[in-house]
Amino acid sequence: MLNIIWPVFIIISIIYAFISGNIENISNGIFDSAESAVSLTITFFGTICLWNGIIEIAKKTSIMQKLAKLLHPLICFLFPEIKKESEAHEEISMNIIANLLGLGNAATPLGLKAMKTMQKDNPKKDTLTNSMAMFIVINTASIQLIPTNVIAIRSSLNSTSPSGIILQVWVATIVAAIVGVTATKIFMKRF
Amino acid sequence: MVNFLSASAIPLIILFIVIYGLKEKKKVFDIFLDGAKEGIEIVIQLFPTLLGIFLAIGLLRNSGIIDFIINIISPVTNILKIPSAVLPLAMLRPISGSASMGVAIDIMQKYGVDSMIGKIASTIMGSTETTFYTIAIYTACVKIKKIRFVLVAALLADLAGMITSVIICQILS
Repeated sequence: MLNIIWPVFIIISIIYAFISGNIENISNGIFDSAESAVSLTITFFGTICLWNGIIEIAKKTSIMQKLAKLLHPLICFLFPEIKKESEAHEEISMNIIANLLGLGNAATPLGLKAMKTMQKDNPKKDTLTNSMAMFIVINTASIQLIPTNVIAIRSSLNSTSPSGIILQVWVATIVAAIVGVTATKIFMKRF
Repeated sequence: MVNFLSASAIPLIILFIVIYGLKEKKKVFDIFLDGAKEGIEIVIQLFPTLLGIFLAIGLLRNSGIIDFIINIISPVTNILKIPSAVLPLAMLRPISGSASMGVAIDIMQKYGVDSMIGKIASTIMGSTETTFYTIAIYTACVKIKKIRFVLVAALLADLAGMITSVIICQILS
């Protein structure tokens, strides 16, 4: 996708700059962009590595398994076709917990494992089941309690309150999840 | 109250995780170092994308074409009360994670990280996912081609998340 968008952006900008007489501006800006990419990357080293370290501790403890148990009623509601105590049930809960904690790196491998487990019971191997569809939509809605990356970036940019957007993220992510789940429940009966 | 809750969230999480690690007798510092090492790779992988996106976005902005496009669509966005500066972000968000992160950072630098637009950009980044990528890897790993309604449902959720981000940031500011 970006293989199309990126060159289009560059081509139209440079042509437009020639037409509108902004070509000097553009020329100065090119190396400024490179410089700011470098300086930002350096500040990211601190914040992103810090979070990754803290999160690694959480991953190595039993916090995630314990939290996953709290989710059982929710999972039964979202995935009525998945049996309780099954392997898929367990993997789905772990994936959702990892998402909730902002552990994107841990959530994806767990999610892929859950997909493979659900595929075993799939009668039509080339088509998503209802549970798989619901699972993917929930993963794209990104339900997060701690938006770790955004907070890390905000503090790199000298925000006075890097975590000041947590409440807003909660509200937006919950609305997105409700819309996604409702749409999925409606669509799965018709398509 | 909102500020206090937001400010205490991070220290409390760190405290909780460290104490929990100690309770389970883990070597917390060694584990922390392992995690931090992984972070280096994430940042190094992010750099080339950031460079490429900053170049493209810098060109778009310095050429004046972004202002030109924003002027054209602003009557529509004004009615919906969407700050037009976040539109490029909203359009890129479902397509590429690192590219949209680059655009969000650009917005935060230009308008201020604590400005309304900076907060909206942060909230959009925190509350939505790279939908196309997620669907692609989750279906590819089990070789599924027929994805039924999933893209539509996921994009609906994204749209709802973005609109809510805009509204909630305006309410809470």
